Amino acid sequence: MRNTNGGNPLVHIDGLATEIEGREILKDLTLSVFPGEIHAIMGPNGSGKSTFAKVLAGHPSYEVTKGGITFSGIDVLDLSPEERAREGIFMGFQYPVEIPGVTNSSFLRLAFNTAQSARGEDELDPIEFDDYLQDKLKMLEISSDFLDRSVNGGFSGGEKKRNEILQMAVLEPKLAILDETDSGLDIDALRVVSQGVNKLANNDNAIILITHYQRLLNYIKPDFVHVMHEGNIVKTGNEKLAQELEEKGYDWILDET
Amino acid sequence: METKLEAIVNQPYKHGFKTNIESDVVAKGLNEEVIRLISSKKNEPDWMLDFRIRAFRHWLTLKEPTWPNVKYPKIDFQDISYYSAPKTKKKKSMDEVDPELLRTFEKLGIPMNERAALAGVAVDVVFDSVSVTTTFKEKLAKVGIIFCSFSEAVKDHPEIVKKYLGSVVSYADNFYAALNSAVFSDGSFCYIPKGVSCPMDLSTYFRINTEESGQFERTLIIAEENSKVSYLEGCTAPQFDTNQLHAAVVELVAMDNADIKYSTVQNWYAGDENGKGGIYNFVTKRGLCKGVNSKISWTQVETGSAITWKYPSCVLLGDNSVGEFYSVALTNHQQQADTGTKMIHLGKNTRSKIISKGISAGYSNNSYRGLVKVGKNAMDARNFSQCDSMLIGNKNSANTFPYIQVENDSATVEHEASTSKIGEDQLFYFASRGIDTEEAVSMIINGFVSDVFIHLPMEFAVEATKLLGLKLEGSVG
Ligand SMILES: Nc1ncnc2c1ncn2[C@@H]1O[C@H](COP(=O)(O)OP(=O)(O)OP(=O)(O)O)[C@@H](O)[C@H]1O
Ligand SMILES: [Mg+2]
Repeated sequence: MRNTNGGNPLVHIDGLATEIEGREILKDLTLSVFPGEIHAIMGPNGSGKSTFAKVLAGHPSYEVTKGGITFSGIDVLDLSPEERAREGIFMGFQYPVEIPGVTNSSFLRLAFNTAQSARGEDELDPIEFDDYLQDKLKMLEISSDFLDRSVNGGFSGGEKKRNEILQMAVLEPKLAILDETDSGLDIDALRVVSQGVNKLANNDNAIILITHYQRLLNYIKPDFVHVMHEGNIVKTGNEKLAQELEEKGYDWILDET
Repeated sequence: METKLEAIVNQPYKHGFKTNIESDVVAKGLNEEVIRLISSKKNEPDWMLDFRIRAFRHWLTLKEPTWPNVKYPKIDFQDISYYSAPKTKKKKSMDEVDPELLRTFEKLGIPMNERAALAGVAVDVVFDSVSVTTTFKEKLAKVGIIFCSFSEAVKDHPEIVKKYLGSVVSYADNFYAALNSAVFSDGSFCYIPKGVSCPMDLSTYFRINTEESGQFERTLIIAEENSKVSYLEGCTAPQFDTNQLHAAVVELVAMDNADIKYSTVQNWYAGDENGKGGIYNFVTKRGLCKGVNSKISWTQVETGSAITWKYPSCVLLGDNSVGEFYSVALTNHQQQADTGTKMIHLGKNTRSKIISKGISAGYSNNSYRGLVKVGKNAMDARNFSQCDSMLIGNKNSANTFPYIQVENDSATVEHEASTSKIGEDQLFYFASRGIDTEEAVSMIINGFVSDVFIHLPMEFAVEATKLLGLKLEGSVG
């Protein structure tokens, strides 16, 4: 297990409540994630996990009605999604959309260069960027044919997920929220993607994994496992909690609460 | 995000100013007297007047077409002035052009001064009904190329004009072609002699300035055996609350082994966001591949006009001749476009290719309409068509109307079509990777149109890319 340090949290979510189309989804949710930590969030369908991820990333359809989110000490609720991304927040989508007509390579390069300028670093030209990209492709065992196709265009479910992790690898965010990245991956892909995520994890960044399957946590060791129910975290534990959930399902926790 | 998208798509029109220049405007209305008046103002020979009168009499028998997928109030053809010319004599030297006109075109980025001219592009400038200047005429004349206004061609090269005028688009072709043939006032003429590859791009820039007048110009391009020319056409108009009618006719003729490339960036005023004002653009453009191995290629970027009704076509008569149509049509707000092409295969082993990209934003309506026809004798004719539509937001529509008529079993005709959408989900995806809406839209659009833009001459492509960006500012909603 990696070091968890006792300094300031990377992200602090404080009593967050959100609504969409007048319906309250997240209710009084509080969570702190420190640099170097990996958190897993599990929970039944419709409990609000994706909502939580999208609210962190700044999806415009969700209205925050209560509470706040600070990231590296700054209030991110005032920031647009693109500004949050430039601060280093990354969300891996549960359902990545297809972007017709834009090649994966140009999309990746634009995203990367945007992040570079936000960090005050030099942008890379297409040739330099290609070198940088080749390493990432190798790490995730992705063929370079991938790059000439349009973003997620005609990708299989598993390819889309792999592409999300490729983007994460390229952008090297400070906080990654991966929404069911493991769903749809075959056994080999799950191993490769997990190894990739492990390589990207370090003491300065943090990862929130949203998953339904304990299996993922065999590859990526979480420091904390949270259970979400009806828009709130109702139980927090460690890896063992995930195993327990795998065996017993959610009912016993829901009864407890 | 929606409002941001709207802000990006809704940039103001940058060419909407009006030049204050005294004009000679013929009173509104259309009858034989008006046609005689136009002809006499232009000191035309009798044969030209005869052509007009025949066209007019035929026009009287025709009805406005109703088949296009566009809606607009009935046009009162008696409420339009059919001739408007700036009151300034056309001079030999560029420096003598009315300074007010020079300023107008400079503002539009069209320098009429040869020294300051666009790198290696000769321009014929048409202001309302008349050509005000043509650059590089002498230089082109040295290699035998005739590039001048249509009026001059009627005077100086009557035998060529007589031979080809109406030979590709007859005045009886359709309602607007008949109207144009009756009242056309000017336009560009270009003749490339045998064996000459035109050393520079030729272009015409059309500007409508007067509110009450329509613009009816004709372009005639003839490429003799083994010759080659690249022709560009641009256009803008001031912003008025009323609609102006633009009904042009373009005829191209390519002889054996000749190659004509015709590119248009159309940016007529499109009306405001509520659909008030804007140009009605009803245009007939057709090229005849008369000779063997000849080639005609149309590339168009249609961004303006309240209504566009336009089908640049190729008649592939010569064996082995090639027709191409590359089109990007962008509509926003209340704009309506019904555009496409016709590829008529008559010769053996003729080939055609159609790549059409329609982009609809706002409340607009964008239709592709295309005909591929293979005649009885067109052995081994081949066509490939690809029609892609992109919807930005969800209040607009896109339609594809492909017509295929094949009378020869050896023909190969392929048609592909797709529709994609840019909505909030796509934009959020970009945003979550740090890319703002404006950049996202421009990236999607540039990717979408790239198959067409590679066929534009370099400077034109740069111009067109900027134009699409401007047109889309504020439009995804
Ligand atoms: N646009 C919307 N309008 C109304 N309700 C919505 C909307 N989006 C999400 N919801 C509701 O919010 C709740 C939480 O959805 P969310 O996608 O966050 O669940 P989840 O925990 O990610 O589920 P899963 O495990 O199935 O992915 C669901 O009941 C869903 O129907
Ligand atoms: Mg979910």
